[in-house]
Amino acid sequence: MAGARPAPRWLPAAAALLWACCGSAATDGIQDQAEQFFRSGHTNNWAVLVCTSRFWFNYRHVANTLSVYRSVKRLGIPDSHIVLMLADDMACNPRNPKPATVFSHKNMELNVYGDDVEVDYRSYEVTVENFLRVLTGRIPPSTPRSKRLLSDDRSNILIYMTGHGGNGFLKFQDSEEITNVELADAFEQMWQKRRYNELLFIIDTCQGASMYERFYSPNIMALASSQVGEDSLSHQPDLGIGVHLMDRYTFYVLEFLEEIHPASQTNMNDLFQVCPRSLCVSTPGHRTDLFHRDPQNVLITDFFGSVRKVEITTQTVALDPNLVGLETRVPNDEMATEPLKYAEQLPVAQIIHQKPKQKDWHPPGGFILGLWALIIMVFFKTYGIKHMKYIF
Amino acid sequence: MAADAAEKARGKRAALSFAAVALVLGLPLWWKTTETYRASLPYTGISALGSLRFQLTVPVAVVFAKGALPGAQWRRLPFADTQEEESLLNPKTSVTARYETTYRGATATEQAALAMATVQEADAALLPLQEDLVGALTVYVIPETSLLLPQGVGVYVGKHRSAVMRGTQGPGDVLAAISARVQQIVQAMSFTTDSITTALSDRVPMDQLGTDTRRPFKSSLGYEITFSLLNPDPKSHDVHWDIEAAVNSYVQPFLDKLGSVANFSVDSQILYYAVLGVSPRFDKASSSFILSALSLPHVINPVEARLGSSATSLYPVLNFLLYVPERVHSPLYIQDKDGAAVGTNAFHSPRWGGIMVYNIDHPAPDKAPLPLRVDVDMVRVMEVFLAQLRLLFGISQVPLPEEFLLESPGNKGLSDWELDRLLWTRTVENIATVSTTLTSLAQLLDKIGNIVIKDDVASEVYHAVASAQTAMLELASGHLGSAFQASKEAVTSSERAFFDPSLLHLLYFPDDQKFAIYIPLFLPMAVPILLSLVKILREAKQSKKEPMKTD
Repeated sequence: MAGARPAPRWLPAAAALLWACCGSAATDGIQDQAEQFFRSGHTNNWAVLVCTSRFWFNYRHVANTLSVYRSVKRLGIPDSHIVLMLADDMACNPRNPKPATVFSHKNMELNVYGDDVEVDYRSYEVTVENFLRVLTGRIPPSTPRSKRLLSDDRSNILIYMTGHGGNGFLKFQDSEEITNVELADAFEQMWQKRRYNELLFIIDTCQGASMYERFYSPNIMALASSQVGEDSLSHQPDLGIGVHLMDRYTFYVLEFLEEIHPASQTNMNDLFQVCPRSLCVSTPGHRTDLFHRDPQNVLITDFFGSVRKVEITTQTVALDPNLVGLETRVPNDEMATEPLKYAEQLPVAQIIHQKPKQKDWHPPGGFILGLWALIIMVFFKTYGIKHMKYIF
Repeated sequence: MAADAAEKARGKRAALSFAAVALVLGLPLWWKTTETYRASLPYTGISALGSLRFQLTVPVAVVFAKGALPGAQWRRLPFADTQEEESLLNPKTSVTARYETTYRGATATEQAALAMATVQEADAALLPLQEDLVGALTVYVIPETSLLLPQGVGVYVGKHRSAVMRGTQGPGDVLAAISARVQQIVQAMSFTTDSITTALSDRVPMDQLGTDTRRPFKSSLGYEITFSLLNPDPKSHDVHWDIEAAVNSYVQPFLDKLGSVANFSVDSQILYYAVLGVSPRFDKASSSFILSALSLPHVINPVEARLGSSATSLYPVLNFLLYVPERVHSPLYIQDKDGAAVGTNAFHSPRWGGIMVYNIDHPAPDKAPLPLRVDVDMVRVMEVFLAQLRLLFGISQVPLPEEFLLESPGNKGLSDWELDRLLWTRTVENIATVSTTLTSLAQLLDKIGNIVIKDDVASEVYHAVASAQTAMLELASGHLGSAFQASKEAVTSSERAFFDPSLLHLLYFPDDQKFAIYIPLFLPMAVPILLSLVKILREAKQSKKEPMKTD
């Protein structure tokens, strides 16, 4: 937790402040910030967002995850670096009065299920096994690239989990659980293989703090929405949809994230203050003892956004075009090709005026045969077999 | 009574036999059938790999031209010498650099080559005379008065694996005088302690993370390189680039040279209406548009979403983008943080790729119809992209003193000795990775007793251990090429073993769950047996006491 130079950390900040007061040297302050880019040591960002609950009344968990997904994408992390796991489909759920939408605010103000949501693990694919496989990388070779966490030793990973949990476990799909020991072991295996540079773990469930109690790998920071013994509460129901739309902790975290833009300098200490007891009813907790940097110096965009480090290219390689046997191609105008036509995709005229097809005759199926056999048996039982010879 | 006693005796025997069968047959059978199949692993080999003592041997040949050495010292040739430098990085890692130097005089053909007009010609003529061994170096010492090297140049480092240096004139021991310079040359062309320490940055945590450690891609078995042309304004610019020919002529030779290091796949695309995420500022002084260094980090993200990557390959992707600015934002220049314009008009991002801005000259609007046809000058573009490619692979410029003349690698993009530098660091990095992977795998399998170890996982581990040991031996004997191949095989096998999908630890049962499973099975059977055993023991004790009483 203690930085490399703990004592004079405020000195450059104070100096920068003094300089900033004098207008001309404002650029020096900006330069300081630019140098700070390299202090975190990461070059790419990943996010693993997991919603573990199924069923319509757990709408709020899917809305939580999709809202975090939306914020993370807005701040710059591309879809190829996000693994989104949603355990149930709320947008197309038969009970959804507004199909193809998932709202995160009452009065249906904000639809977080827009048209570029890419869900990587959906419905029954969200299991403890798949989650652990994604984290540890032990995935069957046929898995596509979008379902893998291809992080390296310079990746900062954000892991957000939400659902129903208890003291030491998190429930997946109402049928299995992941314990805090398993999660801690999975993170340790990630560390052994250097699959992350720094990891931020956020969990929004009841008794969420129990899930990060057992972590023992370095460079992990954890936040939870409630302490052991407390329940995390939901925020607001929507009377039109009929279920609760978001959980309190995630709602206030999202309000906080709406203020962040890719160039902001807000640090983690502000995130720890989000959702005090008066608003959240439960007491959010955090754990930073495994993290080697001071949370004061950790930017929110280190995990939620994807700010790339850049360097100016100053050198070139000298190439000799004469050594290459390139025949100089005279740029000729491309020959005009004949315009292409679309074939008729749906020949409506033909379909409308079609005569109905002659249906082939099929012998009666099993049901009809069975029915008649029953009727005949009953008739002969009632009236006696002697009538047979008159029929046949 | 007798029947009773017989009955009781039979009952006792039955109970005892039940207990015996349960203990002798049942318990081992239950133990065996609930055990997980774990193939044997070479734990001793893995723990031996845990502490790495690298011995990096560089075979160096120092060849003296006629006149470079005074007579007395000339007669001492040929002889061999070995120098070792050990550095202990941490209790488990040490690197010993071993320079096996052979000193000899030049043969007639070499002498003829060294008498050529320019040093470049001499270098080309000397190439067939050297042994083609990856990692070996040859230093030619010419007399101080020789005119082969230009004025002011003390050392010429060629494109291949040789260097030509000027000897010292003087009565003293020339060998001793030049040995420091020879050492400097050899270290520049092979490795230094710093470069090896950087390669071992996982094992040896470094306090100060320089950009050199973070910029290059980690050693991987393959890379995907994508060249993209971004044309945000197709109405004004009709941009054509002959990327296929450019890749074949300039990039492919570079990748062919690196072919032993990794597999490469190259593709290209053109994106229309792809804008940068940042709007450039207009600078009145130069009447051009400026992208300042601070806004550059925000350029990449909006574009990245549109770049795409192959769905099937899992290799790291390097993206090189060529951006042709819109007509209203032309010309567009990049400024560095001091406010100076950047000559290459390009920037790169560590472990991602590079972007270059290509400005077009616009003639007066009425002279040329829109869209303007643009043929991109691929040579200029490829010069920048190749430089960025080199940086992203960790082939950085070695800081050398003034009097060193470095020959440019030309169209190949890479000198042989630069490739050797890369191979040295990559081999060390690979072996360190194998060591960490296997050690943590052994720890994991030790700690969690019920992960199944299949036979193919075990054979991969054996193969990895054997290859790593081979690699260490080859490094010690100076065969860099085979050492690198062995280390690559070791990494492949160890990664395959570590990331095998079957090694998933899903069988974590807390103790109370274990009790909950076994008690309903074993308790109903165990209770009668135990009670009857207790009864038998009590009766035996009583009967032992009675004879004593009635005695």
